[in-house]
Amino acid sequence: MKILVPVKRVVDYNIKVLVKSDGTGVETAGLKMSMNPFDEIAVEEAVRLREKGSATEVIAVSIGVQQAQDTLRTAMAMGADRSILVLSEESPEPLAVAKVLKALVEREKPDLVFLGKQAIDDDMNATGQMLAGLLGWGQGTFASKVEIVDGRAEVTREIDGGTETVSLAVPAIVTADLRLNEPRYASLPNIMKAKKKPLETIQAADLGVDMTRRLTTVSVAEPPVRKAGIKVGSVAELVEKLRNEAKVI
Amino acid sequence: MTVLVLVETEAGQIRQASRSAITAATKLGDVHALVVGNAADADAAAALAAKVTGVAKVLKAGADVLTHELAEPVADLIVSLAGDYSHIVAASTAVGKNVLPRAAALLDVQPIPDVMAVIDADTFVRPIYAGNALATVKSSDAKKVLTVRATSFDPAPAEGGSAAIDAVNVTVQDTVSRFVSEHTPTSDRPELESARVIVSGGRGLGSAENFQSVLTPLADKLGAAIGASRVAVDSGYAENDCQVGQTGKIVAPELYIAVGISGAIQHLAGMKDSKVIVAINKDADAPMLQVADYALVGDLFEAVPELAKAL
Repeated sequence: MKILVPVKRVVDYNIKVLVKSDGTGVETAGLKMSMNPFDEIAVEEAVRLREKGSATEVIAVSIGVQQAQDTLRTAMAMGADRSILVLSEESPEPLAVAKVLKALVEREKPDLVFLGKQAIDDDMNATGQMLAGLLGWGQGTFASKVEIVDGRAEVTREIDGGTETVSLAVPAIVTADLRLNEPRYASLPNIMKAKKKPLETIQAADLGVDMTRRLTTVSVAEPPVRKAGIKVGSVAELVEKLRNEAKVI
Repeated sequence: MTVLVLVETEAGQIRQASRSAITAATKLGDVHALVVGNAADADAAAALAAKVTGVAKVLKAGADVLTHELAEPVADLIVSLAGDYSHIVAASTAVGKNVLPRAAALLDVQPIPDVMAVIDADTFVRPIYAGNALATVKSSDAKKVLTVRATSFDPAPAEGGSAAIDAVNVTVQDTVSRFVSEHTPTSDRPELESARVIVSGGRGLGSAENFQSVLTPLADKLGAAIGASRVAVDSGYAENDCQVGQTGKIVAPELYIAVGISGAIQHLAGMKDSKVIVAINKDADAPMLQVADYALVGDLFEAVPELAKAL
């Protein structure tokens, strides 16, 4: 069983981005970039399935600028066997990404595609569902548990009131939620080994995919700032304020 | 312009988030509400949807294949109905986020998730970077597919309308996915997303026992829902579905009481639109205190029981 794992290079989880003063976007120059945390979870899950013997090969893929090869090296240091970089402009839209991935799925013929449920930069939460739609495959989104049972993927999903388990015919799409697993740290020997693993680079245009954006960013603004509140000295004062000033109790 | 809104149901009731999606949709055109479920659920929900203010027509799709609102059949159904609709809208819930992007891909549309404001028929405001920036985006797609952040739009009144109900002939099949089971703990408390008051706990509670024994009396007094930070959930203090934040629930109650929550940006992203925020924390420098209207610096194990008693 072959697993394809798309990974995205994003501004590191711990960095609070600032809106550019001209309102055209957020300032990303010079910031530390890392693998999208949800994608790390997807890589970890795929590698664990290979370690358990359920999967035979894990292929990482990233779509974006040349520097995304660092992200792919990280995926290979975590255990992916090889990777593919599809060169395009920075951060293409989920629709275009899903079309590129569909072309790669047709070429690589994986049995499963594991993705993070959303990227922490554009917060779209769409690529996995869109790829599943384009391929006509089943989708196990927001997964907190994945098991291969009798040749089907049994996925426990986080839903609003708790969890739900669905059984999907393979091939299928799974998108990882936070509690699926805790990703490993790549060890130094594995980081060194990853440098020798195969990394193929192709151009998005060569896959025949139209990458034209459908959404134009008109402007980007800071969210409204809450005005500073006050410190209360006692529970009695808090109750008084909530009753008479805020009038919420 | 006519807008198709996917209305979610739960135990025969319409979810409040879907009524917020209807409010957003009324800014775009006439609203047709699509209710899905098995025949009995669809009947019950269609009758309720017909009464919601702002709904011009109800499309009732009742079939066993739609019982659990799985993405594969519901997306196919939406695509089969998409026809002349200018917009297809759902609330940004677990169901909406699962179904709509799939339908959008089948329609060759780039979806617009988590819409917080409608500027015009093509232009919408949505959060990026965990809500640290708000992007205004304009779509060039002929048909727009959007999910709506429920906390940004008041729910349309449940009464006041009298829309006609059309039964949809459901021909979709689902050959790839199958519902197995569901684990949805029931509680007498209000739902997080629609609660007027939320009492939320974090790392400061220290254990699952404390989480329960400290927060429950206060929540009972206020008729509040109970929320949690990611740390509290990951440490096993609270169930997963209590998590408030970027990757959990987005909430905006009238009163949010954050107990022992330091306030990581991912948590703030989920609650900073609350009307009044109270922070109870022993650390005077915690980021939560920067967004709180009322901050009480002190020992939560003394302050919270005292507060419950004083109410």
